[in-house]
Amino acid sequence: MSAKGHDSGDAAPKGLVLRSGPHLASGMDTPTLMRDVIIALLPLVVAAGYHFGAPALLVLLTATVGSMLTEWLFRRGEGTLLDFSALLTGLILGLTLPPALPLWMALVGALAAVGLGKLAFGGLGFNLFNPALVGRAFLQAAFPTALTTWRPAGRPFFEIPASTFAPPLLSVRAPDALTTATPLSRMKFDHKATDLSSLMWGSVAGSLGETSGLLIIIGGLFLAARRAFDVRIPIAILLSVAALSGAFYLAGPDKYPDPLFMLSSGGLLFGAVYMATDPVTSPLAPRGAWIFGAGIGVLVVLIRLFGGLPEGVMYAILLMNAASPLIERVSQPRPFGRAREGKKDAAS
Amino acid sequence: MRLARLRSFRHGVHPDGHKTTADVPTRRMPFVERYVLPLGQHIGAPAKPVVSVGQHVARGEMIAAPGAFVSTALHAPVAGRIAAIAERRDPTGRLANAIEIEADPFSTQAMPTPRAVDADALTDDEFVALVQHGGLVGLGGAAFPSHVKYAPTEGKPVEWLVLNGAECEPFLTADHRLMLERPQDVVRGATILAKRLSAGGIKIGVELNKGDAVQALRDAAAEALAAGEAPIPIEVVGLQVKYPQGAEKMLIKAIFEREVPAGKLPLDIGIVVNNVGTIAALADLVDRGWPLIERIVTVAGPGIGEPSNLIVPIGTPVSAVIRHCHVRGETRELIMGGPMMGQPLASSDVPVVKGTSGLLAFTEAELTKRHEYTCVRCGRCLDACANMLNPARLARLARARRYDELEASFVTDCMECGACSYTCPSGLPIVQLIRAAKAAVRTRKKDKN
Repeated sequence: MSAKGHDSGDAAPKGLVLRSGPHLASGMDTPTLMRDVIIALLPLVVAAGYHFGAPALLVLLTATVGSMLTEWLFRRGEGTLLDFSALLTGLILGLTLPPALPLWMALVGALAAVGLGKLAFGGLGFNLFNPALVGRAFLQAAFPTALTTWRPAGRPFFEIPASTFAPPLLSVRAPDALTTATPLSRMKFDHKATDLSSLMWGSVAGSLGETSGLLIIIGGLFLAARRAFDVRIPIAILLSVAALSGAFYLAGPDKYPDPLFMLSSGGLLFGAVYMATDPVTSPLAPRGAWIFGAGIGVLVVLIRLFGGLPEGVMYAILLMNAASPLIERVSQPRPFGRAREGKKDAAS
Repeated sequence: MRLARLRSFRHGVHPDGHKTTADVPTRRMPFVERYVLPLGQHIGAPAKPVVSVGQHVARGEMIAAPGAFVSTALHAPVAGRIAAIAERRDPTGRLANAIEIEADPFSTQAMPTPRAVDADALTDDEFVALVQHGGLVGLGGAAFPSHVKYAPTEGKPVEWLVLNGAECEPFLTADHRLMLERPQDVVRGATILAKRLSAGGIKIGVELNKGDAVQALRDAAAEALAAGEAPIPIEVVGLQVKYPQGAEKMLIKAIFEREVPAGKLPLDIGIVVNNVGTIAALADLVDRGWPLIERIVTVAGPGIGEPSNLIVPIGTPVSAVIRHCHVRGETRELIMGGPMMGQPLASSDVPVVKGTSGLLAFTEAELTKRHEYTCVRCGRCLDACANMLNPARLARLARARRYDELEASFVTDCMECGACSYTCPSGLPIVQLIRAAKAAVRTRKKDKN
């Protein structure tokens, strides 16, 4: 107002900050989101140690530290370690690996996961594929035998298999007495089912984090309650797996496994809760989430029943990751007061 | 799902209410020495001064006439002398033509003797002129000249008159107090307007965190009905507490389950929406002949020592208002309006205008800069967007300046409510980017034509 400043007394606030609105924020931030997922994973880490002993924990530690080292190496000074995403990627990668995997391989996997899977695309938010799965797919392609050698659950805790500390690039075969088959390969190759309680408790062979169905479900419920992920994706996956495998089971009960086994075995629950829900690599829009989840479910069933591999969760998710941008295109929300694309304006 | 029974729109966010002044009755802001009235404090053409410097004016006397049809009059908020007609800073910080009045320290500042107008006896044009010369604008914040909404439009009959008492912005309680303290005027104004518009019914939408206001309005409506003064049925509708429930189109969606088509006005589906404060001002104008010269302003926020609901004469300097409410020295941010869509002030040396619903003072604690992470595509902004847009995508396109795609993605549908930025866990300035993109898209469109 006038230069005389008729009423700008001493109390008039000085040095006001100008920010464009909104001037409130919800208080939820990205590290908190990541942290919630890590918290939901911790019971699985404990279970991995319980069922598979010290070598399992060493694999987890190597994958996690390896991922964080990779992030630090390529993004020094940018503080990106603080968003917890590298830690989470490492932890998830570790949980998808077999218990007696040579540690150097876990390290290579971590390098591939964060380096190729994430940083090569430009870092968090820009990657097309789930980084942990990129790391796992890399390992699967490079070391197919090591990635399908399963140490049985319930061995003494401190018993370290020779493979764990195997020197890089030298093959060390685990003695056959100390390897076993996963419930899925027993089903695929021997037509032998595993009872549900073992699958829920986790005392079966498999990747570190995938065997205890119960803990995964609890973790999923925690994340849903925290609204830390899009529940539509796991729901869509589980529903489509149940529907499709149910249809096969009804058509040939002696030829195909029952839907409950399909749902609770292998990496399905783990993949549905912790990997398919990676927000970066799944579609944004609600309709897209349904399509994405249903696609994963269908692919899992097809690969498991008709593919050469007993398990298909990894490839199913990676394939749908690749389809995600396309799904995104066709699943844009309908703007308020407008008709869906291609339809006449319904509102007017 | 959980809240499906509550009337509302889809999406939206749930900020803390911070309605600390909900139970604080309105008080009058004492008169100060000087008042500044920008000529363009409403949407549309600025008003034209009809006084000259040095002239004495009475309280409520017209000092500027409407400059066009979409424009409205200004009145002296106090008895005094025209001190200047010159450029002054308006709340946006721009220099704009304004009338400055020096209050007469010897005046009692009594309002003119009430003089009722028989609204029913007026022609449509006369009624519109009355409202326009009464200086009425939407008091919800947009300050759209009310008479434009009140003018009958050929071929567009009005089915419903809707009063907006949602007041979904955190901190603000001006409408709440008005509904609580003057429910009769709200009902009265609504009846006057509904009759003029030949509306079939009146609905008043109020968020359910104002249960006492809902009750007060229902009582007032029942009273009017009993007295035979409510020929048009009035229903008070409780709404879910959700931001932006007070956005016109969201309010209509909540009450009628109908969507106003994008790019159209509520009138296109037979609805006229008015803020409750505006409608009480209409009652003042018709029943007492008092133009719009004051309004209720919520003064709150951590930087305010005595959070209040004040009846403030238009043109009062912000500095005087916040000082009256014991503003604290550590105030670092001043916002005119609500915290979600309000206008940040560069200085408190600007006047309260007709659209000023609140004055909020924030301190250092609220200023903490949020760390910006990259978008992790969590989808929270999609679930927040009441316009059902894809804010994450729009923000990305805005950063890349891909204006054709922005236009094709309906960026101009965005009402800039800010729910996306509020909810973003990566602290991204989504609505800010969209705001800039909208402006650019509009400019490009103009340039093409």
